[in-house]
Order: sequence, then C-alpha cells, then structure tokens
Amino acid sequence: MNARARFINWGAAVLVLVLPFATHALLGQGWVRILDFALLYVLLALGLNIVVGYAGLLDLGYVAFFAVGAYCYALLASPQFELHWPLWALLPMGALLAACFGVLLGTPTLGLRGDYLAIVTLGFGEIIRIFLNNLNAPVNITNGPQGVNLIDPLHVGPWFLEQTYHVGGIEIPLVINVYFLFLAAVGLAIRLSQRLEGSRIGRAWAAIREDELAAASMGLNTRNLKLLAFAMGATFGGVSGGLFAGFQGFVSPESFTLQESVMILCMVVLGGMGNIAGVVLGAVLLSVLPEALRGLGGLQEFLFGKVWVDPSNLRLLVFGIALVLMMLLRPEGLLPARARQREFHESQ
Amino acid sequence: MSRSEASQGGALLEAVGVGKRFGGLRALHDVSLALGEGTITGLIGPNGAGKTTFFNVLTGIYKPDTGTVHFAGAPLPAGRPHAVAERGIARTFQNIRLFPNMTVLENVMVGRHVRTQAGVLGAVFKTAATRREEAAIAASARGLLDYVGIAGQAQRVAGTLSYGDQRRLEIARALATEPRLLALDEPAAGMNAAERMRLADLVRRVRDDGTAILLIEHDVKWVARLCDRITVLDYGERIAEGSPQEVLAHPKVIEAYLGRGAA
Repeated sequence: MNARARFINWGAAVLVLVLPFATHALLGQGWVRILDFALLYVLLALGLNIVVGYAGLLDLGYVAFFAVGAYCYALLASPQFELHWPLWALLPMGALLAACFGVLLGTPTLGLRGDYLAIVTLGFGEIIRIFLNNLNAPVNITNGPQGVNLIDPLHVGPWFLEQTYHVGGIEIPLVINVYFLFLAAVGLAIRLSQRLEGSRIGRAWAAIREDELAAASMGLNTRNLKLLAFAMGATFGGVSGGLFAGFQGFVSPESFTLQESVMILCMVVLGGMGNIAGVVLGAVLLSVLPEALRGLGGLQEFLFGKVWVDPSNLRLLVFGIALVLMMLLRPEGLLPARARQREFHESQ
Repeated sequence: MSRSEASQGGALLEAVGVGKRFGGLRALHDVSLALGEGTITGLIGPNGAGKTTFFNVLTGIYKPDTGTVHFAGAPLPAGRPHAVAERGIARTFQNIRLFPNMTVLENVMVGRHVRTQAGVLGAVFKTAATRREEAAIAASARGLLDYVGIAGQAQRVAGTLSYGDQRRLEIARALATEPRLLALDEPAAGMNAAERMRLADLVRRVRDDGTAILLIEHDVKWVARLCDRITVLDYGERIAEGSPQEVLAHPKVIEAYLGRGAA
C-alpha cells in the first residue's frame, strides 16, 4: 500500500511536469493555455474548499475574492495609475486584500447557515462585481465596464514569462512558463491546505461543520474561527486573481459573474468536499471538459458525415447532463473526504 | 458542608433569581442555585420543568432575562458559550451532540482547543512548538479516553459508538476543557441498571479528582444516592432545595411528581 502510494505520487509528479510539453507538441498552444486556466481554477477550488469543505460554510460569492486579487494586480501594475509593482509584492498584497474582503463578507453572515448564508454570499459576489463595473465615476478607479488594459506581463525576477526560452533544445513558450509558475502556486496551496487540515485550527473548523453549538460549548470561538476560514479561503482566490490578471493582460468585471462562483462550487462539490485530491480533480475536470466538448462538432462529422446539432449548444447540454448524472451516482463527489463518505453512507 | 460553604460566599457557582421567558412561556422564574467545589448537585423535576433551560443559561447558550450568575467569584459571560467554557464550565447534552463523523480521539482533541494555542502560522510552518503541542493534545486526549474507559475505541468514528460509549465520549470531551464544573444533562438516560452504576462510579471519580458536578436526571433514586444536594424545579420555579432526604420528603416535591393528594 505504501509502495503503491509512493508510485502514485511519483507518477503524478512526472505527469504534471511532462504534461505541458506533450500537450504543446500534440495539441498546440491553445490547449496548454487551457491547462494554465485549469491550474488557476484548482487554486480557486482549493481556496473555496477551506470555506465550504473544512468549515462547512456555503459560499456562492467566492469569485469576488478572485476579482479583488485580479483588480489589485491590474491597478498596481498597469498604466491606469502609472504604477508598476513587482510580482513578489503584488501577490501577497492581493492575498491580504482578499483576506480583508473575506472578513468583510464573513462578519454580517456569522449568524447564518446553509441556504441563508448562500444567499448573502451570492449578493456579496454581485455587489463586488457591480462596484467594479461602476467605479469609473465620479473618480475613475476601475475604468468601469471597459476594464483595465495593458497590465504588466508576469515576470519573476529576471525571468520574463512572455519570452520563449530554449532549454537543451526544447522550446519553452509563454504558456509553458506560466504553467510552471501556476503549478508552483498550486503546489504551495496544496501544502497549505494539508497543514491547515491537520492542525488544531482545521480540527476546530471540522467541529464547527459537524455541530456548531457543541463546538461553541467546548470553548471554540466560532465567530473568529469562521472569519478565519473566510479570510484563509479568500487569500487563495486573491493570489489566483493576481496571476489571472498578469496572464491575461486585461481584466473587466464580466470575468467575475455568478456563473464563475457556481462553477467553482461545482468543482469542490463534484470533486469531493474537504478532500484535496478530489477538489483538484474536480477543478481540472470541470475546466477541461467544456473545452474538450468543443470537439463534439468534429465527432458528429466523423460519425454521421455532417454536423446535426450546433456543437456550442450541444456541449453545454452534455456538460449539464454529466453534472446531473455525477450527482445522482456519486453525491459525495469523485474522491470524497473520509468524513463526507460517512455522512452519505450512514444509512446503508 | 456544601450548604454552609455556599452561604458564606465560597460557592463555585451561584445563580440568583434567574428568569427566562420565551414569548408567552415563562420557562424560568426566580431560580436560585449555589454549589461548592467538590460536590455533586442534582437538578430534578418533571418534564418541562425548565431544567435544560436553566442549564442553557448556566452554560451561556441563553442570556437570562433577570437574575445573575456568578462563577468562581466573577459574573458569567452571558450568551457566550465559548467564553463560559473558557471560564471552566463544560457540559454534555441531553440528546448527545458529538462531532459524529470525526473519530473518537479527534472529538476529545477538539475539547483541548480552548487550553491550547497553535494558530494559523504555527499550523502552516509546522513549528517545533506546534508539533509538541499537537503531541501533547493527542496524549492527553488518549489519557481521557482511558479515564472514561473507551481507550480501545480511539480510532472509531464517534457516530458509530454504542449509546453508552457516546455518553462517555461526551464526558471525556467535556473533561478535556479542564472544567471546574461539569454539567451533565441527563447522562443516564437510556442506560440500564448496570450502566447506571458504572456511570455513577465515573461521576464520583470525576468529583474526587477535583471537578464539581451538576447533573439533570429523571431517575430520582439514582440521583438521591449520588448527589450531595438536590434542587427541584417545577413549572420553571424552584420548589425545593436540600439534601436528598430532605428534598424527597418535601410535600411540594411529592405533589409535583405524584400529583395533588398524594402528599
């Protein structure tokens, strides 16, 4: 069993290192870009997992923290205010600002649970987006619906990611450079999640998720612990947002809609709430699957000689059906946490 | 002895004139209770007498409308259960409230939270101090499981334990907070005679090891044998207080339990 676990770990490590090169060679730039975005989604899903999976607080406005991180980066590293902060300052700044917004969201929701909490967080997500959309008057801060353009490209010290590097005859273009930067962030996020989960704080979150009143009666300051969960979860979103802004070179409010929040929540739930491997798998699947389903047009042509159904409509249908089937067949998620599995199979 | 101690102001817990209403329902009216260190105090009364409401006031879940509660010489933080636990009152629940999907050991480890420090930074960097603290938390949790007699179940999922063992686990989890007063809400409910005997032994042992006990119970005989003092509630009011013999002979108590005319 131990040897098997080690084999899986090494296999996964080799896979994530080789994957961008293989994808680049076989499927081209576009697909490596999809992988880059998948990693940003993994980061978001891991952050939301702290709030939803560990502390059991349903959050439907999580994309707000992604937006805060993205705009923090955009405004401090673009011609908008003629500021050009370096990455090492921007990412912690985005994380910190997102954490503050996490506390801001958490404070009015402390007495709420379940569906009531979900509605307030949903409203919060929308408020942030609408603010970003309208903060162009009377003083122009965010440039309103036009968004912020010409954001400084990502560079880490002397390493400019938009350059194509050559290492031992292998070409490393922007999308692969970015892949490794994002991979490092995801690795860090996984380590952080593991450490938190197994700590005194993680145990306290689990206790609040299981029975809040009993947890309070055992001396757990549920208010502070919940705010901490919101803040910690938000930092992951803030970092992800910063990386997103630097990679895109452009941010606008329409990237941060409710649909994004719902998607991130789906990743957490479908992958397996509270389990890191499940959440990573869920995020990768749900961000790659819609892109892969674009191939449905080609598939129809191959099978029937002509395109019967518009692939752009069909792919959403297939995606939706896949989600519904998944929740019917495996409500606890693909790779559930131990505790979740018990909840779903108690009666059996 | 406990009586004189209490009246001299040496009481560990002193509730005076506690009242609590829920809309039109007067759940508690002018209830007073004092108990001293090293004692076992019983709180009895017919169903709906306000016992659990009183417990919820004492453990900070409800704010009383009237009256005051002092614990160890200072007012109790009303309406803030975690602060009450920090001050040294731990409790169990009438309808067992464990963390059912966590392991038995983890349940008790949660109880250690309030007496330990490690925060986010300690967790993230896994410092030497944090690791030492985690080891100490696990060790004392194991010790407590052994103390209540369920050490063999440490790795089981709490929700799968037998009813009696769940009650024991709740006591172990409460003891993990190092309480000066342990409040047990119907700890013997659903237990058979043999289990009740063993539970009484455990309660006495906890008292002997320095924690005062306040317990709600229906089985009057069992309470009378176990407790030093008994307070009787009926319709949210205190109708009697004293030693078990005094209380059980009290006409109002007999009336409350057996109906008018029986006295």
